[in-house]
Amino acid sequence: MKYLSEFRDEALAARLFDEIAAITTRPWAIMEVCGGQTHSIIRNGVDQLLPPEIELIHGPGCPVCVTPLETIDRALAIAARPDVIFCSFGDMLRVPGSGQDLFGVRSAGGDVRIVYSPLDAVKLARENPASEVVFFAIGFETTAPANAMAVLQAGREGLANFSILASHVLVPPAMEAILQAPGNRVQAFLAAGHVCSVMGTWQYGPLAGRYHTPVVVTGFEPLDVLEGIRMAVAQLETGRAEVENAYARAVSFEGNRSAQAVLDQVFEVCDRKWRGIGEIPSSGWRLRERYRAFDAAERFDVAGIVTTESALCRSGDVLRGHLKPNQCPAFGKECTPRRPLGATMVSSEGACAAYFQYRRVESQEAIYRRDAESDERT
Amino acid sequence: MTNAPNIDGWTCPLPLRDQPNILIGHGGGGKLSAELIEHLFYPAFANHLLQARGDSAVLALAGERLAFTTDSFVVRPLFFPGGSIGDLAVNGTVNDLAMMGARPLYLSAGFILEEGLPIATLGGVVERMGAAARVAGVQIVAGDTKVVERGHGDGVYINTSGIGVIPPGVQIAPELARPGDMVLASGTLGDHGMAILSVREGLEFETVIQSDCAPLHGLVEALLAAAPGVRVLRDATRGGAAAALNEIARASGIGVVIDERKLPVNPATAAACELLGMDPLHVANEGKLVAFVPPDQAEAALAALRAHELGAQAAIIGTVVEAHPGVLVGRTGIGGSRVIDTQVGEQLPRIC
Repeated sequence: MKYLSEFRDEALAARLFDEIAAITTRPWAIMEVCGGQTHSIIRNGVDQLLPPEIELIHGPGCPVCVTPLETIDRALAIAARPDVIFCSFGDMLRVPGSGQDLFGVRSAGGDVRIVYSPLDAVKLARENPASEVVFFAIGFETTAPANAMAVLQAGREGLANFSILASHVLVPPAMEAILQAPGNRVQAFLAAGHVCSVMGTWQYGPLAGRYHTPVVVTGFEPLDVLEGIRMAVAQLETGRAEVENAYARAVSFEGNRSAQAVLDQVFEVCDRKWRGIGEIPSSGWRLRERYRAFDAAERFDVAGIVTTESALCRSGDVLRGHLKPNQCPAFGKECTPRRPLGATMVSSEGACAAYFQYRRVESQEAIYRRDAESDERT
Repeated sequence: MTNAPNIDGWTCPLPLRDQPNILIGHGGGGKLSAELIEHLFYPAFANHLLQARGDSAVLALAGERLAFTTDSFVVRPLFFPGGSIGDLAVNGTVNDLAMMGARPLYLSAGFILEEGLPIATLGGVVERMGAAARVAGVQIVAGDTKVVERGHGDGVYINTSGIGVIPPGVQIAPELARPGDMVLASGTLGDHGMAILSVREGLEFETVIQSDCAPLHGLVEALLAAAPGVRVLRDATRGGAAAALNEIARASGIGVVIDERKLPVNPATAAACELLGMDPLHVANEGKLVAFVPPDQAEAALAALRAHELGAQAAIIGTVVEAHPGVLVGRTGIGGSRVIDTQVGEQLPRIC
């Protein structure tokens, strides 16, 4: 897989680590916005090799993690209906609602299916006219165009048995909310590369200017992340606060115009609650009035949803960057991927799951040091 | 069992009582599977032969050491690129015997058929089983057939059990890994799981990914001839190489460090895994093993594997250390490191 291996090259990575160390003169806190970046950082050990002055704060960009509990509970209730085929991306199935998860619904007889594209759900609706097919449409700007396409496709085919349970969230308002929050420590952002491949980089100019905060659009491979960090540190060290693009092979200034047009046709901006964070104004998309017939939340009157969050879970602090996952008292004790208390412990993009998966045993530095010692012995 | 198990007494810190029903993940070869084994099957069947945790039980009978094992096969679709449920049913059991160093001899085959299954389909499956048995040099000497009502099965389920003989002097068991041992993989990782996933879900890649389904006892024989000190063998089936290495790390009370740059992975499999956000280390294989070999025999072992057609892409992927007992650590491509854990249930494709 040559097209990726060059973005994982050890010698090039070493050079970037050196460059970052050379330009760093004091402590900086940089937030990587996207959960995919968090996963890559922890999986590859990027943070272990950075100068100690650079702190990476893990942002809220995991769509699975920030989907509100009410929405999960609503999904569970709809999925449990005997007339429904409930379709979801795989990593939503293990996200805990107030009581159980979608795997639990499935083992109790619900028809819950993993799909790889919302168009697969449209196909299921076509093939199963006697069933209601519901697609769990969550995600950021990245996944939204395909979900919008699915609605348009179902509309064209007149599939009255297709609907989506939409809980789309938008990145720029969340970044602004983080900067406005009392006690904010974020000094620069690595913006989410794939979100920007759809939406472009133009959205971030006002944010960088108004809050004097560098925004570097960044990819997901180790070298992408390192290049993003290098550019962010360079801005911080020289007092600049600009929008820069470290992911030019996928991202342009204007983004994907046709995707934006489809999004605008199907969705309208709304206020949205983020799990662990709270309501952020104008931070979500919902179906426009003329597509409301495809809204599963309206089609299925699921009454009596009472949500209960775990009292121990501090995923909100994690998502806001106030707490590293392994500083949470429940981390690895009451809360594990086997029995997650919050969504951040579920998705591979969730910060808690990434720490549990790759870091829980002991400090990685200690492991690394001892391995190096035993290597020397042999 | 006459009484329902008293789940309140279970010792696991994360007991199954959270979830009253069997989940698909209980069959995934990850932590959920392990919980069932530890807390349901071991207590109910308690004996030291079972609890030796080998891929086969080792029985001392009439001066011989016999390896004995069983496996069930529920794959969908029944036929896939590189194999079929029939090939799996033979090779899966043959490989469990081979992982104890045994020469596989005899298999039984139990069929659970769903009403309405075309006989031609069953014929195709059975033909492939016969062919696989001939290739593996084993005989299917006992069998059983049951039919369940339509809707109560998925076409064909097959169970096979197998018996083999362990040659004198061969001493292979999951708890025998020692610090300093080298860890070898016999070839590319993750091919079977991605082959199944791509046909099951209709994912089309430029190259069709072939299952690696194959009988490994010939490869093991060649390996043992070159490196008689081989300590542990495990075929990296459900849960992938990560599950196999974690099991051995725990059973032997040692740490395992692998170098991710040295893992053999087919480019097509790697690309499919990237696309779905999966890690080839956690994806199933049906014709690959990991071997723990004393350091002075590692090069000979590698050469022997590579000289065999099923081990052409074998590699030394890591070492055994005293540090972090029970834990598998990966050295990442850019020089960092990470813990590589067993999955909870099935690996889930990522959202974006």
